Amino acid sequence: MYTVDELFTYSEQIEELTQNLGFNCYPQHFELVDYEDMICYATYSGMPSHYPHWSLGKIYEKLKTLYNYNLSGIPYEMVINSNPCIAYLIKDNSLTMQILTMAHVYGHNDFFANNQYFTQNTDASLSISMFKNHTKRIRSYIYAPSIGYEKVEKFLDAVHSIKYQCTLNQSEKDLPIFLRNWANLEEWQKDILDIVIKQNVYFLPQIETKIINEGWASFWHYYILNNLNLTMDKMFEFFKIHNNIVRPTINLNPYFLGYKIWRDVYINCDGNIEQMLAIREIHKDSSFIRNYLSYEVCDSANLYSYKNQDRNYVIGDVSNKNNWQIIREQLANNVGINAVPHIEVIDFTKDTLNLYHAWDNKELDLLYTTETLKHIQTIWGGKITLKTQFSGIKRKIVCDSDKKVFIQNEEYS
Amino acid sequence: MATFKKYETTNHDRAIEDRRRHKELIEKSVKNNISQIISEESIVEQDGTRKIKIPIRSLNEYYFKYGSQNVGILCGDGSQVKGKHLEKTIVNSIENGIGTSKSEDIFEIDITIDDAIDILFDNFNLPYFNHKKYEEIKLEEGLKHRGLKPAGTMRQLSKKHMMISKIKRQKCMSKSESRVTFHRKDLVYVRTKPKQKRQSNAVIICIMDSSGSMGYTKKYLARSFYFLIYQFIKIKYANIEIIFISHTTSAEEVSEQQFFYRGENGGTCISSGYEKALEIINEKYKHWNIYTFHCSDGDNWTEDNEKAILLAKQLCNKSNLFSYTEIKGMNKYQNIANQYINQLESNNFVITKIDKKEDVWEAFAKILQVENYIEGGGN
Repeated sequence: MYTVDELFTYSEQIEELTQNLGFNCYPQHFELVDYEDMICYATYSGMPSHYPHWSLGKIYEKLKTLYNYNLSGIPYEMVINSNPCIAYLIKDNSLTMQILTMAHVYGHNDFFANNQYFTQNTDASLSISMFKNHTKRIRSYIYAPSIGYEKVEKFLDAVHSIKYQCTLNQSEKDLPIFLRNWANLEEWQKDILDIVIKQNVYFLPQIETKIINEGWASFWHYYILNNLNLTMDKMFEFFKIHNNIVRPTINLNPYFLGYKIWRDVYINCDGNIEQMLAIREIHKDSSFIRNYLSYEVCDSANLYSYKNQDRNYVIGDVSNKNNWQIIREQLANNVGINAVPHIEVIDFTKDTLNLYHAWDNKELDLLYTTETLKHIQTIWGGKITLKTQFSGIKRKIVCDSDKKVFIQNEEYS
Repeated sequence: MATFKKYETTNHDRAIEDRRRHKELIEKSVKNNISQIISEESIVEQDGTRKIKIPIRSLNEYYFKYGSQNVGILCGDGSQVKGKHLEKTIVNSIENGIGTSKSEDIFEIDITIDDAIDILFDNFNLPYFNHKKYEEIKLEEGLKHRGLKPAGTMRQLSKKHMMISKIKRQKCMSKSESRVTFHRKDLVYVRTKPKQKRQSNAVIICIMDSSGSMGYTKKYLARSFYFLIYQFIKIKYANIEIIFISHTTSAEEVSEQQFFYRGENGGTCISSGYEKALEIINEKYKHWNIYTFHCSDGDNWTEDNEKAILLAKQLCNKSNLFSYTEIKGMNKYQNIANQYINQLESNNFVITKIDKKEDVWEAFAKILQVENYIEGGGN
């Protein structure tokens, strides 16, 4: 098939091309693994170590089932934001696939190393050791005679329910940080909260830059492979794989959309790569879409909005000359962390914690909200209230200290 | 300059612990929910090898998320028209969240009904599982070898013993004789005897009031109840027969189909059902383990009460267990039920009441307690 030396030769060529483009990458490290390893890495977000929790077993089973039923192939690339940048290659893939994956990985590497959301919020040189250290700490609580597996698991269950409430600001308005500072917790519980906060802050830039980052990597792997003087049969295989990666899907494939926008940007700035490098440095998905999703892309991607009306899904706006900005705005409001409702702390008394849902015209899922409030109750200990709206009416969801949940009309004062 | 790490086989399965725990939690969740699942009509109607889906709520990971009533952006093929309904395939992919982070609303596992029932009964301690109260029945099953005989048919010829005999003879002979042939005396035949097997058998006698007042809902509740009973007794005995007796003012033995679905008009004489049951027991099932279950809405003719109680006492004596279940009775316990309570003081008699689906399980659990008590403490 191929030898590691061959891979090395191609990686050198790719690296040279990226340097000419002005990429500024971390040192790159590739590891060859088999499918089984890859499923494990995918389960544990690519990390060589991760604390134990059943939810990861659930992810594993899901990935394995999807893989066994061939519903989704194993991810082409698994690359982590670390310095040196670590990426995994499946040893059984063809040489062309490996070349493409490596080129794609260099795109991510450059993005990790330069995009401001990564450079300002994560320390890539510490990623691996941070996860290792978290694993060690959580294991020490599991083995501690006074704590044990069940207590740790139960607390992690509760804390995981608010992990998406972490923000890059890391202020006390963030629910997890508030609870760490103010809830009546034991030291190990505070530490677990801290660990979950740290890990999610680490992943936040990736959540916020899915489209721009995958688009960047896809745009440049396409450019690079076209400049490697590959043989015809390799090129043919490459086009086939590439078209599959950037194919449109109903749920808006981020590779597809990102690739399309970046290509549009490339054309609009007449191939000025300096300009593109500047864009990749300062944007996240929402701002990238607001600034660079053009009418042409909206139209050729056939973007349209839907809404749920009386339990039926109805097509809202179909992108055209007049309304494409509306669609662009809706999309920008639905990507990254915007896809998750933001819950903030209003105030608290001795035993009651009052929260509110920063109203953004989108209703909460009641079942999920109810169950999440019970989890927060577990951490806080006292009563929890949450202000939100349903069907245009202001409501207050209350979870009392016995975990009984009921809804009140919010009193006007 | 990139660095490469060559492939190395790792025998270490790093996900194993998390998977084990996940599996354990699924099993726990199935156990906790099984009683509700099992009394669903759709399951009662199925045969045991069929797989059913069990939703497992507790394995969901909850977080604050938006409801499905909200808006979203999708990628079309240019054929979408404003105001039209979305195609079903697209709706499914929104709701199942393929390719999005909103996935898995309800975690489902596939399980066969038989497995579900095993789990269900695991929840009970069944310490007297092998304890049979009544005489076991001897079954003849196949033939068993019992020694050898010098003559017989070709079918009975034992090649093994023939060879042994020949080899023995060979060893006694001098080495000079190179070839030893079979001798007539080498031919031996096996003697066979019918195999006796002790087996425990049970008969379930289902008696149901099929008078005009027993509507569809009542019959459905009765069916769920009988289903559980059947599943339970099935695991205790190798051979089970079920007798269905349907009665109004007179009783007859009917098929399962007729038992559950045929509606009749007219009044009710409970005693007629009991009479029929006793008749059948005396005829065919004298030495069997007998379980008699009677379901009725309690609407009995008053002049029949006395006779019914008398026969019920006899049924108690004949049966391992006799239960009377009142389904959706009027107000309190009806007349007949009260009389049973006052006059039937047998420790293998149970009286239960089912008003709604959830009660089926409780009624069953109550019967099981009595069953355990009799089996364990009775003898």
